[in-house]
Amino acid sequence: MDFLLYLYDKKEVVLLSTLRHVEVSAIAVLLSVIIAVPLGIIITRYRKMAHIVVNSANIGQTVPSLAILGMVIPILGIGLKPAVFALVLRGVLPIVNNTYSGIANVDRSVIEAGKGMGMKNREILALVELPLSFPVIMAGVRTATVLSISVATLAALIGAGGLGDLIFQGIVMADRNLLLSGSIPTAILAIGADILLGGVEKRLRKGAT
Amino acid sequence: MNQLGLIVKLTLEHIWITLIAVTISTIIGVTIGILITRFKRAATPVIGTAGILYTIPSLALFGMLIPFTGIGIKPTLIALVLYSQLALVRNTFVGITHIDPSIREAGKGMGMSNWQFLKIVELPLALPVIMAGIRTAAVMNIGTATIAAYIGAGGLGWLIFRGIASVYTEQIIAGAIPVTLLAIGVDYLFILLEKFLTPAGLRH
Amino acid sequence: MTNTIIRFDSVSKIFPEGTKAVDDVSFEIFEGECATFVGPSGCGKTTTVKLVNRLVEPTQGTIYLNGEDISSIDVIALRRNIGYVIQDVGLFPHMTVAQNISLVPKLKGWSPGEQQRRTDELLTLVGLEPEGFRNRYPHQLSGGQKQRVGVARGLAADPPVILMDEPFGALDPITRAQLQDEFLRLRSRLKKTILFVTHDMDEAIKLGDRIAVMRSGRIVQFDPPIKILREPADPFVENLIGKESGLKLMKLSKISDIMEIVMNKISDKSAFKEAKRLMEGEGSDILLVVDDWEVFQGVIRFDQIIRKEEGRISELIDRDVPVVKDNGEVREALEMMLKKKAVWLPVVDDERRLKGIITMTHFACFFAEGGQV
Repeated sequence: MDFLLYLYDKKEVVLLSTLRHVEVSAIAVLLSVIIAVPLGIIITRYRKMAHIVVNSANIGQTVPSLAILGMVIPILGIGLKPAVFALVLRGVLPIVNNTYSGIANVDRSVIEAGKGMGMKNREILALVELPLSFPVIMAGVRTATVLSISVATLAALIGAGGLGDLIFQGIVMADRNLLLSGSIPTAILAIGADILLGGVEKRLRKGAT
Repeated sequence: MNQLGLIVKLTLEHIWITLIAVTISTIIGVTIGILITRFKRAATPVIGTAGILYTIPSLALFGMLIPFTGIGIKPTLIALVLYSQLALVRNTFVGITHIDPSIREAGKGMGMSNWQFLKIVELPLALPVIMAGIRTAAVMNIGTATIAAYIGAGGLGWLIFRGIASVYTEQIIAGAIPVTLLAIGVDYLFILLEKFLTPAGLRH
Repeated sequence: MTNTIIRFDSVSKIFPEGTKAVDDVSFEIFEGECATFVGPSGCGKTTTVKLVNRLVEPTQGTIYLNGEDISSIDVIALRRNIGYVIQDVGLFPHMTVAQNISLVPKLKGWSPGEQQRRTDELLTLVGLEPEGFRNRYPHQLSGGQKQRVGVARGLAADPPVILMDEPFGALDPITRAQLQDEFLRLRSRLKKTILFVTHDMDEAIKLGDRIAVMRSGRIVQFDPPIKILREPADPFVENLIGKESGLKLMKLSKISDIMEIVMNKISDKSAFKEAKRLMEGEGSDILLVVDDWEVFQGVIRFDQIIRKEEGRISELIDRDVPVVKDNGEVREALEMMLKKKAVWLPVVDDERRLKGIITMTHFACFFAEGGQV
C-alpha cells in the first residue's frame, strides 16, 4: 500500500523516465527498421549474400546484450549515441531475418502472375512482396521493440536515461520502493508494446489472407 | 595478466550459474510441456504466461524479485528459470503434438499405456525440437546471467559493470569478449549435440 | 468355423457433436473368418471396427469377445491381444523395422531371442527378406514395404483377432493387388479372425468370407460374397457392387471347383497294347500320360498308336500340351482355351501333378448354374 503512495509521490520522475525510455527505444526501432528492411530486401535479390547475412545475424543474436553495450563504449563513449547504437545493433538482426524470410516465402505463383501482368520489379516489391510479408516483418519489428526496451533499461547505465536509472539506483541504495517504481513500469511498458504490436501483426495477418 | 585468473574464475562461475538454471528450467519446462499436451485447454494460457514472462526485461524482473528474495543467486536463478519456460514449454508442447496422428493411433491401438507411449515414442520423436528449446534457453541464460552480476550473482558481467563504472575499457572488453565467445560456443555446442542426439531414423 | 469370437449386441455410437456413427448394430463374427466391412465414407465401418479394440467406446450396447464383455477387460491387455493395422501404417520413424515389429512382444516380456526369432519369421511371412530389412528405418521403405511391416507388426504377438482399417488404401493399384494376393496366401496359412474395413467393394468381395455392407451406421447386408453378388438386399448394395456382377462371380471360383477328376490316364511306362485296351474300354481316343509320381507328361492319341503292336508309348507322347493350375481362376482357363484354341485343358497342381480336366462343357454348366459352385 505504501508503495502506491510512493509511486504517486514520485509520479513525475517515473513518468519522465518512462517517456525518456519510450523515446530512446522508439528512435532505435525506427532506425533499425530503416536499416534492416532495405537490407532484408536486398539480400532476397542476392541469395549468396543472404546466406552469410542470415548466419551472421543468427550468431549476432546469441551475443549477450550487455556485451554489445559494453563493446560499443570504447568506440562511441557513453551517452545517448552509443546507447542508441547498441539498441539498433540488437534490433536490426530480427528485422533483417524476418524481412528476408517473409519475402523469400511469398508464393512464387503470385509473383509470376504479377510479372505476367507486366509489373515492373519495383512495382512487384511495393504492391505484392512487401504487403504479403507485412505480418512477418511486423513480427520482427515486435521482437526488435521488446529487445530495445530491454537494452534501453541497461543503457541507463551509460547515461541514456530511462527507467533503468530507477532500477539501478534502487539496487544500489537497497530501496525497494524505488526499485519497484522502476521495474514495474518497465515490465508494463515491454508487455504493453508486445501486446500492441502483436495486435497490429494479427490485423495484418488477417488482411494478408 | 592475473586478470586471466580472474576471467577464468568468473567464466566458471558464469557457466555454473547457467548450468544450474538450464537444468532446473528443463526439468520444470519439459514437465509442464508434457502436462499441457494432456490438458490441452491449459496450453494457451500456460504458454501465454510464459510468453509474458519472457517479454519482461531482465533488469525489471530482477527488480521485482529482489524485494522478496534479496539480491544474489536466488533472484538470479528464479529469473533465469522463469525466462526459459517459454522456449522449453512451447517446444515440448509443439514437439509432442506435431507427431503424425497415424503414429499416435497405431501406438494406442497396439496397447501401449500413456506412460509407455510417452517414453517410447513421444519423447524420442520430440527430442530434436526440445533440444532446440534447451539451446535457446542456454544462450539466453548466458546473456541474462551477465546482467545478474549487478545484483551479486557473480560471473563475467561483473567485469563489464566494473569497467563501465570506472571507465576502464580493457576491463569492459575483458568481460565482454569472453562472455560473447561463451555464448557463441555454447550455441554451437548445442547444435552439435542436437545432431548427435537426433534418433537415427529421423536424420534424413 | 462355428465358434462365435466377436458379438455385437445392439451397439450404438453417438459422438459428442451428435453424429450417430453406429446405429443399433448387432452381429456375430465366427472364429477364423475374414469379415469385410464395406460402404461409402461416413457409413460407420471404421467406427464399428474401432469399437472392438475400444479406441471408440460404445454409447449403448455391449460387445463380447470370446463371450466376455470387453468393457470389463483391461483395455491395454485387450489391445495387446488384438492386431491393429491402419491405412497410414503409423510405423515409429525412430525405430528400425525389427524394433517396430517386436515392440508388443517386448512389452509383453518376451526374451530378446524370442523377439528376434519372431521378427524374422514374420518378415519372411510378409515377403521381406530379414537380413536386408531388419535394420532398415521406415523412411527407407516404399509404401508397399511399409504396409508389409505394418501387417507384420500387427501379427507380432500372435493375436487371435486382427483389425485392419483400409490397410491397402494408400497404395498404388499394382501394389495393392499384390498385397491383396499375399493377404489371401497368408490367410490360408494363419487361422486368424479378421475384421477388414474397405471402401472398395471389389476388394471386399476378393478378400472376405462374409461382407458387411454398411450405410448410415447400419448393416444393410451381411452375407458371403456370392450371396451379395447374386442376391443384393437392396438397390444400395446393388449400386455398390456395380456392373458386371456376373463376371465378378466368375472371379470367385477356382478351376479346382469346376474341373472334372480325370479317369482316362495312363502311366508313361505302359505298352501300346495297354493303351489301346484302355482307349477301347473308356471309349476315348486320347489318354493323359503321367509318371510314377502322377506328374503330367503329355497325351497320347488313338491315331498315333493304331498301327503299333509292340513297344512302349514313351517315344510317342505329345508333350506340347498347355495346362492350367487347379488353384487358378476360372477366367484363366477360359483365356488359355481361347489362346491355344483348345476345347479342353488338363488341370495340374503346383507340382504339375495331374488333377483333372476342364472342358467347354464345364464352363457351360458353370454359367447355367449361375456361377454357383
